[in-house]
Amino acid sequence: MGLTLFEKIWKKHVVCPETTQAPAVLYIDLHLLHEVTSPQAFSQLKQKALPVHQPNRCLATIDHAIPTLPAGPDGKRSFVSAQASEQVDTLEQNCKEHGIQIHDWDSPNRGIVHVIGPELGATQPGMTIVCGDSHTSTHGAFGALAFGIGTTEVGHVLATQCLLQQKPKTMNIEVCGDLRPGVSAKDVILHIIGQIGVDGASGCVIEYSGETIRNMDMESRMTLCNMSIECGARAGMIAPDEVTFHYLEGRAMSPEGNNWKRSVGVWRELYSDENADFDQSVSVDASDIRPIISFGTNPGMVVKVIQAIPSAEAGDSISKSLDYMGFKGGETLLGKQIDVVFIGSCTNARITDLRIVADVLKNRKIAARTKVIIVPGSESVKKVAESEGLDKIFIDCGAEWRNPGCSMCIGMNGDIAKPGEYVVSTSNRNFEGRQGTGVRTLLASPRTAAVCALAGMIADPDNFLEQNHG
Amino acid sequence: MDNIRLIRSKTFNLPVENVDTDQIFPGRFLTTSQRQGLGKYCFYDWRNDPQNSFYQSFQEHDPEAQAVLVSGLNFGCGSSREHAAWSLLGAGFRAVISTRFGDIFHSNALKNGLVLVQVSEPTLEFLMQNHRHQVNIDISTAQIEISGLGSYEFPLDEFSQYCLLNGIDSMDYLLGKADQVRDFEQNMSG
Repeated sequence: MGLTLFEKIWKKHVVCPETTQAPAVLYIDLHLLHEVTSPQAFSQLKQKALPVHQPNRCLATIDHAIPTLPAGPDGKRSFVSAQASEQVDTLEQNCKEHGIQIHDWDSPNRGIVHVIGPELGATQPGMTIVCGDSHTSTHGAFGALAFGIGTTEVGHVLATQCLLQQKPKTMNIEVCGDLRPGVSAKDVILHIIGQIGVDGASGCVIEYSGETIRNMDMESRMTLCNMSIECGARAGMIAPDEVTFHYLEGRAMSPEGNNWKRSVGVWRELYSDENADFDQSVSVDASDIRPIISFGTNPGMVVKVIQAIPSAEAGDSISKSLDYMGFKGGETLLGKQIDVVFIGSCTNARITDLRIVADVLKNRKIAARTKVIIVPGSESVKKVAESEGLDKIFIDCGAEWRNPGCSMCIGMNGDIAKPGEYVVSTSNRNFEGRQGTGVRTLLASPRTAAVCALAGMIADPDNFLEQNHG
Repeated sequence: MDNIRLIRSKTFNLPVENVDTDQIFPGRFLTTSQRQGLGKYCFYDWRNDPQNSFYQSFQEHDPEAQAVLVSGLNFGCGSSREHAAWSLLGAGFRAVISTRFGDIFHSNALKNGLVLVQVSEPTLEFLMQNHRHQVNIDISTAQIEISGLGSYEFPLDEFSQYCLLNGIDSMDYLLGKADQVRDFEQNMSG
């Protein structure tokens, strides 16, 4: 019996095998840290007077609680609260105390943790990667086993570089066929979550396979793996290939020289054997996929932008969601006014995302009623975008160009909308109150979000761009 | 962590599916660096907004008597924030009953002594129809006894069961594997 990609990586990292009495002890190659889910873990270490076992396997940044507006002339940063500012100070102190590398304010590589890991080449095929953040699945795009953990487990990894894990099940999602022009990885993953449901992959590690995935660039693959958690999966992963190796070559933390050659040789073995068994399999025809938008309060409640939303029966979960969203079952979303458009997050704030948005916005004006906030995923993304003049396109069309961070995706830094407002967002969650109390979030791709910004309402991107070309 | 053997309590029903951890612990409170004292943020927006469909239920909730939360499929999905488990415990809940739990929440809950009881759909339906219903959860046998319905075994892995019954911190167990970890690390670099 052959092995799946997941099984190959799992097997290589088992320190103690799973028994009926105890879960496996799994070794972790890379531990990513940010300010929000780590302070209680460091406190736990302090209480037990424990050192960090492998500080050089930890990499920290500040992204969740930080302001995305520039510091004032006095250097003062506009934190949402003193507590948020203290949380950042706490991470800085903890990293200093334990000798952990942190990409802080002064680092040209600071940014959203799931954007900078790959950018730095810290994320590599075959690794086990964890972070106190559910979107850690992003790193699976490189053929790594990457998943989110809670704060107690952050403490476990700090103290032992290991986790107690029960072996998850496996699911193969094979995507075949050509994507239509303008349909992106975001549409693909929203389509998949809509198809299998928000708990469709519970307890599973997903492997995305098939020619459509092979034809995707690394940033698209990251978008896809990023939202694996939204269908309940522990992780999402893609077997590494030439696209992966090309992306990683020459990055700051990538192997060099002979090490590079040796690593690529090892990485080439990371694929699911032909006779490997998955616990579940799903097939997706890429040509069926159109631009997708969410209409409800979880990422499984999605429709094609041009499609009517489902009808609801009083008392069911769709009706509760529609009440919150202010929509009526069976109606179309086309023409619904939009108050805010958010371009950003670990799902869609990389340079290719920003280029797509700039392509749509160039030489046009965003609708007067709509506020547009564009938040690059990292300082590096920001720098490249500015070198290409994208910032000028954004500002000229009336959008705000911010500093890197999680911003409105989680809305804990004060970047939120007002109660009742509608936000088209390139982020990953449309949960009630996610972008501010009473705020209604509609998830979409960068292209769809940019079109909605111009129209000031939900619009069919294909039709809109055809009508407004030039 | 305190050891837990038996939970005898009445239920508190939240009849909705896919309760995500953003509802249990809203993001704007995540700037805390504490584990304790988070009960006041538990379901903050549902509990404090009179327009919310569960506002009245929360008004009538007696945390002393109703320490077992009953909710629909996929409870605790979404964000990995352990604050969700901490705040449920802080608000007086000692167990949650559902037909399925979010994976990361599941792991977080058990590590903090919040007991998760997975039941069948008909059992959940029965509980949803009977408010403030008496249940007895026995960790030592992994059984839930539901008054007027019967006793059912629920999935509880042996390791979590052992930790709950003996109040063991899983970190201490992992630290006990230090020699194996060192050997593993030596083999890696060798």
